[in-house]
Amino acid sequence: MTWPYKDLIAIHDLKREEIATILDMASSFKEISKRDIKKVPTLRGKTVVLLFYEPSTRTRLSFELAAKRLSADTTALSASGSSFTKGETIMDAAYNVMAMAPDCIVVRYPYAGIPRKMAQLLPCSVINAGDGYHEHPTQALLDMFTMKERFGTLDGLRVAIVGDIMHSRVARSNVYGLRKMGARVVLVAPKTLLPPGVDTWGVDVSAELDPVIPDADVIMMLRVQKERLNRQFFSGDREYSFFYGLNRARVEKMKTDAVIMHPGPMNRGVEITCDAADSARSMILDQVENGVAIRMTLLYLSLGGSVNVD
Amino acid sequence: MWIKGGLIVDPASNIQEKADLYIKDGIIAGIYPGGSQKSDEMVIDASGLWVLPGLIDMHVHLRDPGYEYKEDISSGSLAAAAGGVTTLACMANTDPVNDNPSVTNYILDKARQVSKVRILPVGAVTKGLKGKELAEMGLMKKAGIVAVSDDGNPIEDSSLLRMALEYASTFGLTVMSHCQDRNMCASGVMNEGALSSLLGLPGIPPISEDIMVARDVLVSQYTGIPIHITHISTQGSVRIIELAKHRGVKVTCDVTPHHLLLTEDRVRTYDTNAKMYPPLRNEADRLSLIAALKGSLIDCIATDHAPHARDEKDLDFDIAPFGMIGLQTLLPSIMKIHLDYGIDFIRLLACVTAHPARIFGIDGGEIKEGSRADITLFDPEAKWIFTEQDVKSKSKNSPFFGQEFTGRVVQTIVQGKTVYSGN
Repeated sequence: MTWPYKDLIAIHDLKREEIATILDMASSFKEISKRDIKKVPTLRGKTVVLLFYEPSTRTRLSFELAAKRLSADTTALSASGSSFTKGETIMDAAYNVMAMAPDCIVVRYPYAGIPRKMAQLLPCSVINAGDGYHEHPTQALLDMFTMKERFGTLDGLRVAIVGDIMHSRVARSNVYGLRKMGARVVLVAPKTLLPPGVDTWGVDVSAELDPVIPDADVIMMLRVQKERLNRQFFSGDREYSFFYGLNRARVEKMKTDAVIMHPGPMNRGVEITCDAADSARSMILDQVENGVAIRMTLLYLSLGGSVNVD
Repeated sequence: MWIKGGLIVDPASNIQEKADLYIKDGIIAGIYPGGSQKSDEMVIDASGLWVLPGLIDMHVHLRDPGYEYKEDISSGSLAAAAGGVTTLACMANTDPVNDNPSVTNYILDKARQVSKVRILPVGAVTKGLKGKELAEMGLMKKAGIVAVSDDGNPIEDSSLLRMALEYASTFGLTVMSHCQDRNMCASGVMNEGALSSLLGLPGIPPISEDIMVARDVLVSQYTGIPIHITHISTQGSVRIIELAKHRGVKVTCDVTPHHLLLTEDRVRTYDTNAKMYPPLRNEADRLSLIAALKGSLIDCIATDHAPHARDEKDLDFDIAPFGMIGLQTLLPSIMKIHLDYGIDFIRLLACVTAHPARIFGIDGGEIKEGSRADITLFDPEAKWIFTEQDVKSKSKNSPFFGQEFTGRVVQTIVQGKTVYSGN
């Protein structure tokens, strides 16, 4: 069986079985990174271009390592965040990159929709590494993989996602994915940070964090984006931490085997205190480790790999 | 010149009958319902066609002066002629802004030289469209403007809006108001709702329009001075205007063809041709606009023809400019609304002829002896698909590409002269 898509743009596009396939396959790819020689020849001769129009450390490094461990050639291009509106448009940049015959473009972009457009217009594979506050599909897949590794299944898992849901592509991708996999999701945020139409998402919503904690298997904290403050979404760090921050007292109320996740980068002391971030419950570095495996899986599948791999 | 054998449709006189028209010296010199005698003069055979008063589009951006790479008076007038629009009002958001009589004179002088159709400038309400100081409305009126509007830049200051209404009415000018609470829109680029969240695009809540419509009708009611609300798009606006009209407020409004025919669903593919202000709304909003049109609550249909160059529209959805071209799809869209929703064609036609003429206080928009011979010949049966190749504008930004229409403009006549001939 071959993978039906050349691109990965949104979790919203994937079926439950397809997500399950990715999560299953990721385990075998994860094993490669544990070897002494962390490289297989699977994508030898393929070129992967990383087009990052927004700052990124984790995601970019993760994609680059994933491609290299599969023997693909990689090259990374980052544009300063402010010049692209005046200079070359993103689509011109994409056509120029395409002229150099890459097999896959991994793109991160500050606005929604560009990866979708590139996927439609370019013959190569396009993988969305985060576009505006639309989606960040590989992040959700690595989060789901981490949860599945820990709990065995996503079915019936109770996941709380806490913070700026409105402006979070991570939250969107996770909600779509987790819902398809049978998890129960509760979103926790002040009403100013909930997206319009959240009532159609099939999730629970809570304005308070404390009542949610004792039931959650996973508590996923989102980064507080301080640049949102000037739009009056909330009053400040102090009040935010008081009501929505994960601290020691809240960690102590979690279920025995419940875990803490965070897509990074963290604002220690704002949405998460050091003792929560560094506690034994924290899966934050497991997420990062699993990111490489998930991205190897997707590069492999998007570049024409067969689904029945071992 | 004779136009023979066509079906005359004239909303002003509520006439729909076969008749021959005789045109002399740019004026309709005679209407002959029983047919007419032979003559040596030129005859246009209009059998099978509808003979309509030339359309009046109240809301057009010609981009001239200043943005001639998007459109200019010549290309805009060609698009108008091809769309059967014989009179258009052009908005003041040019560079320089049409906020003083020398810009008004420039537009009218150039129109006299190059335009196929009658061009009536709309002056700015405030200097530089900045919403601070009133523009030279009186002098611009003497130069030839038909209305004032800060279209594109909503007037935030309510006191200034009141002054604008009072000052404009001093010179017999109507204020056309673009209703948008900017603070509520922030960086919004599409209708706010579940779909904007799905697409990850910042939303423009419908209430940001409703609030300003409500404020505008209150100021109009308080001063007793008429106001025209342009391009309404929400159920809320419809309800507020309905209430205001029932209470005798002298408010009029227009709606665009795209808000009547398209919804936010068109944004799903991130097609920037579907990015406009106000944004395409949801199906409930659209149906409420159709119902309001059916109930004669909406006075006019106007295109908000807004050309933007390809390189501007090729940007990301968040960054690309708002607007779409509309002159050539106006009449076919009206026909589609007639066919799809069973609203009498003649009533819809009034929204682009007699009604805008009344609101501006201008001649035209009717077929009667002695009136301007501005005539649009329309083939009501022709089926065609609108494509980029049809576009006469310099810019080719339309979400209607690929749309099948019934009914096509065959010939457009301005003051007795043919300015467009299809075939």
